[in-house]
Amino acid sequence: MIETQGLTKRFGDLTAVNSVTLGVGEGEVFGLLGPNGAGKTTTMRMLSCLVSKSEGMATVGGYDIGRASDAEKIRGLIGVLPESAGLYEDLSARKNVEYYGKIHGVAQNRRDANIERLLKRLGLWDQRDTAVGSFSKGTKQKVAIARALVHDPKVVFLDEPTANLDPESSKTIRDVILELKRDGRTVFFNTHNLDEAQRVCDRVGIIKGRLLAVDSPARLGNLERHRRTAFQLERLDGDTVAAVKRARGGGVEARGDTLYVDVEDPLRDNPEIVQVLTKAGGRVVYVTDLSSGLEAAYLRLVGESR
Amino acid sequence: MKLWRSWVVAQNDLDVFAHKKYSLYSLVALPAVLSVGLPVMLWLLIQRNNASALEVEVLLNAFAFIFIVLPSLLPTILASYSFVGEKLDRSLEPLLSTPATDGELLLGKGLAAFLPSLLATYLGAGVFVVLADQLTGARVGFAYFPNAELEAILMVAAPLACIFSVEVNVMISSLVSDLRAAQQLGVLVLVPIGGLYVLAETNFLSLSGVSLLVVSAFLAALDLLLFFLGRGTFRREKILTEWK
Repeated sequence: MIETQGLTKRFGDLTAVNSVTLGVGEGEVFGLLGPNGAGKTTTMRMLSCLVSKSEGMATVGGYDIGRASDAEKIRGLIGVLPESAGLYEDLSARKNVEYYGKIHGVAQNRRDANIERLLKRLGLWDQRDTAVGSFSKGTKQKVAIARALVHDPKVVFLDEPTANLDPESSKTIRDVILELKRDGRTVFFNTHNLDEAQRVCDRVGIIKGRLLAVDSPARLGNLERHRRTAFQLERLDGDTVAAVKRARGGGVEARGDTLYVDVEDPLRDNPEIVQVLTKAGGRVVYVTDLSSGLEAAYLRLVGESR
Repeated sequence: MKLWRSWVVAQNDLDVFAHKKYSLYSLVALPAVLSVGLPVMLWLLIQRNNASALEVEVLLNAFAFIFIVLPSLLPTILASYSFVGEKLDRSLEPLLSTPATDGELLLGKGLAAFLPSLLATYLGAGVFVVLADQLTGARVGFAYFPNAELEAILMVAAPLACIFSVEVNVMISSLVSDLRAAQQLGVLVLVPIGGLYVLAETNFLSLSGVSLLVVSAFLAALDLLLFFLGRGTFRREKILTEWK
């Protein structure tokens, strides 16, 4: 559904996006991860035909983003949620969504049905005639999601959809993304939130100007061999720490009653460490995997690209 | 170009403007002040300076030009908001990612500034005609308005002047990133129109069929030129990436 080949964007001397090549299939949820200024928004804007490419090629739904005659067709089959909700604050939730249904040329019956379905799904139906200016950030974001979906787009671009939202609103939006996937829609979203990416994405790309890696969150995480586990004990004494240090050789740090140990394979190493702790007389209360595999992969890849 | 889509854009902008009460006040206040103020001024001239019927007729003729100036001034209130306002509210990016073309957006936003401005001009003209006839009828000896010149102004020159102002203001709004800058630059549209008014007031240009035809033809040519210029200078990427 989305194909890019060497996609590049330069603003003067600055190369914001450098030769990105990727493919996103129909019905796939793809997450683009990267630090601020990594080129996530610019990539999304190029794919939405909002900014032109400097080099390379890309197609969305088979249409070429570089061809002026295809831009209108691409915009007709995509739904976009920008970084900022960008609603008409004086207008009601329903009018904000309805405007986009009209501008996409959705027939009134279908438009009304879609507006009702989306506003109900997002818990906004009772507030449909309230001016959105009085809404919280999370509620505004939900209105903006409804706006992006009112014309049943085949491809949905979401830029930081859950940034700064409360956990409940974030969960609602994650659930909507998963429902879109079940409906066979393609979702391409930018996020800083690695946990969210792991929960909803089929595949993720890590970008920092250029694309550093693309794979499923699980596969990217499994590539990481340097992870850390926290073992919280009822009481941690020097003998117990010494026992673990002897068994592990290094990468052991004690803070309060918690022991932090660098592990390569948590499934193999964690039970062994618990055994050492127990043998040394320690009583283990909690075992916590501190760095998710994806987080470790992300930090390593982004760090290495500096 | 799909005209229905431009109308959708226009309807939404009209809905947004309807909620901006200070813009509405400005839109109503200016025609109200001029439409009431000018006939009252003539009445005072008659009462205090004993102005002759001929002098009053000359002034009535010149004042009718205000209905070319007014529709070129009013759109600065609304049209300067068009793209700058959307950018400030951050509602422009989602709008630009819809299938609406540059021409459809420009036309829609232009219509949204044109219709209320022209309506306010017509309402003002209605009040002006009634008051002017009431307050000057006794001295002039007949109801001076409506006459063919005023009808030509309202039916032809006023809409053309309004379109001219809308196009200039929408174009400026798409090129600058600051609302105040848009409004300040937008007022420049008054330079040529205001020049016409000064020529009329100083009797260098009298309100006749020929002069109106020349002014209207000039405005029509400008309107056409500006429409294509507006489309040519509209850059989605610049609007999104260079505005702060």
